[in-house]
Amino acid sequence: MPILETIDLEKRFGGVTAAHGVSLAIEKGARHALIGPNGAGKTTLINLLTGVLKPTAGSIMLDGRDITALAPYQRVRLGMARTFQINQLFSDLTPLETIGLAVSERLGLGTDWWRLVGSKPAVTDEIVEIGERFRLTDVMHERTAILPYGKQRLLEIALAFACRPHVLLLDEPAAGVPDAERHELLATIAALPEDVTVLLIEHDMDLVFSFADRISVLVNGGLLVEGAPEDVARDPRVKAVYLGEELDA
Amino acid sequence: MSAMVPATDGVGAFLARRARWSPLEIAFWVFAFATIWLFPGKHLILTETAILALFALSLDLILGYAGIISLGQAAFFGVAGYFSGLVAKYGIVNEPIIALLLSGLVAAALGFVTSVLVLRGSDLTRLMVTLGVALMLGELANRYSNITGGADGLQGVTIAPIFGVFRFDMFGHTGYVYCLIALFVCFVIVRRIVYSPFGLSLRSLKGNTLRASAIGIPVNRRLVAVYTVSAGIAGIAGALLTQTTAFCSLDVFSLERSADLLLVLIIGGTGYLYGGLIGAVIYKFLQDWIASLTPQYWQFWIGLVLVAIVLVGRERVDGWITALRVAIARLGARLVTRPAALGS
Repeated sequence: MPILETIDLEKRFGGVTAAHGVSLAIEKGARHALIGPNGAGKTTLINLLTGVLKPTAGSIMLDGRDITALAPYQRVRLGMARTFQINQLFSDLTPLETIGLAVSERLGLGTDWWRLVGSKPAVTDEIVEIGERFRLTDVMHERTAILPYGKQRLLEIALAFACRPHVLLLDEPAAGVPDAERHELLATIAALPEDVTVLLIEHDMDLVFSFADRISVLVNGGLLVEGAPEDVARDPRVKAVYLGEELDA
Repeated sequence: MSAMVPATDGVGAFLARRARWSPLEIAFWVFAFATIWLFPGKHLILTETAILALFALSLDLILGYAGIISLGQAAFFGVAGYFSGLVAKYGIVNEPIIALLLSGLVAAALGFVTSVLVLRGSDLTRLMVTLGVALMLGELANRYSNITGGADGLQGVTIAPIFGVFRFDMFGHTGYVYCLIALFVCFVIVRRIVYSPFGLSLRSLKGNTLRASAIGIPVNRRLVAVYTVSAGIAGIAGALLTQTTAFCSLDVFSLERSADLLLVLIIGGTGYLYGGLIGAVIYKFLQDWIASLTPQYWQFWIGLVLVAIVLVGRERVDGWITALRVAIARLGARLVTRPAALGS
């Protein structure tokens, strides 16, 4: 059984169809990439999966459970977290506070209004662990707003990871990261635990083909091809609509 | 801000240390309570100041932490003001402290019901909606003058002595101590909230509700919760005014009262808990001092001060305050380390 599945997912904005009969199945533990040209509907699909948008028709199953009608925060609590293409961070908080917030929420402490943040070792241990995993240890006390962009990108992923998702949606994690900071970012993505299923949305073909074990190609709001990376790379339809030059080169 | 590497047990210690009462805070409260003996002749205006400070604290909680702007805090202030007046007038609840808590609960209930109005919309719609609620309640109080006394105000309120012992005197001594304790208790509660996981989640709402919901925070529920708490605190402030003056009139609902609150927070700053308190002190004493110079035109000078503050820029003022704070912290550290160094 796939861990994340969409069934005939449809989204129309007025007359525009942004997602059209999308039936996507992500296997447990997969490194699945979703690619497609600009305007193919990748971000719409992410927003449908996470509940930011409600589909016009179709349904979404997480771990065999219909989550189509659930609010974004409920989906997170069921084990699906995302990152954003453009950083959505808490600029006035430090990474320590940001991660502490997510961990506290996940452990159900979010309504605790009397005890201190981090009064439980379970929270502080995890803050340290996530800080180390995402190489944020040396900037834990800086305001997020003044962090280098690469560190902000890492925090973006760390924050989603702190929700301990079964399914992690990465929306162009490497977008805009300067070369000098890129290696660190890619290394942390490669080092994500194997039991976390990852759906990667990405423009960068090097990253896609080095990371993914399965690729879906989205064009004009519909799925065009799905398969193993080498099959997708060879597929003439894919070359025609999208990849052409980049893969030939 | 040190950028040192936190050790495994360092994070918990760091967070605990950060939430500890600083020497500056302790000094603030010691001085606040010392005013009981230092300025016995000023207790009436100090009472007004404490009430304004508590009222401003209620706005700081939603504005400075959760990012909800409101021009209608007077709605909660007023409802609780009338409620506490009515229960005292008709002898329903005689103990002032119990009446005070009940008034807070009534205001919180109103906050809970009206919170749905601030869940959506921009700052501007929130300003209008909250203002609208306060205006409607003010007009209702005017319409049902058989209950509220209408434009004449609520007459014949007698507040029983606290615990049946401490009578509210005409110099405001009892009233001031009572208000100061209420302010302190509410402040301690708000301070706990701010340093709790719940308080941290409020700051995330102010920053980015999209991301907050993407890490599993039920945004609307949190907004409802904090708006309700804030309304309760505003209500306690309103009830304190009625109890210390044995009177309540329609101006508890006035736009001016809500607007004053924003001025207080502009003067004092938001999001660090003391903005409302410091702002209230400055605002009240500035008002008192200018009014003694020019009784008719004091608002002109208040206006001038506001314009000056905005022109100089809050950030610059914050910078001065931070510099002062750092200097004091350094001084404190030196005083602490020196005896230790001598001892070793």
